[in-house]
Amino acid sequence: MELNELTIHELLDRLRAGETSSAEITASVFGRIDAVEKEVHAYITLMRETALAEAEAADERIRKGEMGALTGIPIALKDIFCTKGVRTTCGSRILENFVPPYDATVVTKLRAAGAVFTGKTNMDEFAMGSSTENSFFGATRNPWDRDRIPGGSSGGSAAAVAADECIAALGSDTGGSIRQPAALCGVVGLKPTYGRISRFGLVAFASSLDQIGPFTKDVEDCAILMNVLAGYDPRESTSVPEEVPDYRRFLSQGIESWKVGIPKEYFIAGIDPEVEAAVRRAIRVVEGAGAKCIEVSLPHTEYCLAVYYIVAPAEASSNLARYDGVKYGFRSGEGRDLLEMYKKTRAAGFGAEVKRRIMIGTYALSSGYYDAYYKKASQVRGLIKRDFDEAFTKCDVILTPTTPTPAFRIGEKTDDPMQMYLSDILTISTNLAGIPGISVPCGFTAAGLPVGVQFLAGHFQEGRLLQFASAYEKHAQIEKRRPTL
Amino acid sequence: MEKIKISKDEVTHVAHLARLEFGEAETEKFTAQLNGILRYMDKLNEVDTNGVEPVTHAIARKNAFREDAVNASLPPEASLANAPESRGGCFLVPKVIE
Repeated sequence: MELNELTIHELLDRLRAGETSSAEITASVFGRIDAVEKEVHAYITLMRETALAEAEAADERIRKGEMGALTGIPIALKDIFCTKGVRTTCGSRILENFVPPYDATVVTKLRAAGAVFTGKTNMDEFAMGSSTENSFFGATRNPWDRDRIPGGSSGGSAAAVAADECIAALGSDTGGSIRQPAALCGVVGLKPTYGRISRFGLVAFASSLDQIGPFTKDVEDCAILMNVLAGYDPRESTSVPEEVPDYRRFLSQGIESWKVGIPKEYFIAGIDPEVEAAVRRAIRVVEGAGAKCIEVSLPHTEYCLAVYYIVAPAEASSNLARYDGVKYGFRSGEGRDLLEMYKKTRAAGFGAEVKRRIMIGTYALSSGYYDAYYKKASQVRGLIKRDFDEAFTKCDVILTPTTPTPAFRIGEKTDDPMQMYLSDILTISTNLAGIPGISVPCGFTAAGLPVGVQFLAGHFQEGRLLQFASAYEKHAQIEKRRPTL
Repeated sequence: MEKIKISKDEVTHVAHLARLEFGEAETEKFTAQLNGILRYMDKLNEVDTNGVEPVTHAIARKNAFREDAVNASLPPEASLANAPESRGGCFLVPKVIE
């Protein structure tokens, strides 16, 4: 196997044993990027020169015996995280030339742990989308079938991990933007509890739903990254001062006599039969590992999509008011006065989906409609959260499909926003309730497309979630395949 | 004929509130799409929410105070570095008043 195909823990073992160097690993990753990036288009900006320098510095530290948690490991960042001195576009024309003067907290933490940054990955503009087709910089392609989407909004990060164009990556998840592309690209993706990871320096989309998380090649790597990323940040007032356990400690614990909730509302009409079959196999696997599956009910599931597409656009319409052509980003030269400048800048700077959501959000918050839309949605959100609270009194984790279908074709849903929104129908409840969720590969369709199974747990139960996911991974023994690129 | 939730004029008004502007064809397209999306939202009226407290944050922290101490902040040059136009340490915008 090539170095770029290995996991974080395999590479750390080799680095510790002196069998390879970060310079070799990083060169291997960029070799792969040079070979396949034209076909995949996972990245918006590559950081080749700084990566090679960071790799040399990592090797120097390893020689001195100063090995950190991620020393010398090449990691990709969704282009939504501020990186000091490296442009951060959020997939938008309006930020095409924005060069942040500071690092996001997660970037600072990865840097301190010794990571090497390969580049900034492609995404739907402002993380609004489920296919990465809404990027101003062009669509990313699914490494398993280049006629298909990789999922979104963190499609570039998922594709980069699946195509071995990095060892692991970071994404953000507002309604499924980590778990959905992880499932469609056949990698592991975790959305932690709201507040578990600092959002400082994450370009805001919907602040009560946004959460940062890792894309990895296996569950152990996910735990390794969570150990680095989780924790309170005084610069982020919604980050939670809850103790951070050593997530790796949970991995080999087993799931004997755990109760697994299977919500009947998640096995709905419209689920692709091959996806359902793969998830049903996953249920048998966890039963074989000693867990007991029971039916649970999340009765307000059918309202999640409507709640989400009021709450998220409402918050987005407020968050995106800052893009006004004054402080940073694109400015249209056409406006004769300030108001015209604002309108022409935003009309030319934002793409169609972002405008659509700003319009929905502005409408839902406007005088006369606030109670009917935003307040109503926030009340139903309370009921959705209560559904989960009640379900978790009966079970330890919940098991569902991550997505209703495997990866769809590029262009298939771009003209019908409602159809596109429906691809997130199984992931958005997690964000509304603020709980953690992980997608783990659970097989392939006959056409060779990956399928993901989603596990959910109560607030701050990432350790238990990783314990369950690693037990599933170990017992399922999903065939190791790589996309042919 | 399905119920009109939002008219073309309202779309133009909301666009103004959001500091956006659309051409004729775009307004038509957005009006049709927003009507479809808003009709879907009507589903929420099936739910009885009498007496249910709205949840705006799943994990709400109250009073996340910090010490009132001076910390490092961005120097003015760094704050202005991305501005489309600046002059004399200030952001420059088109004329606001005649």
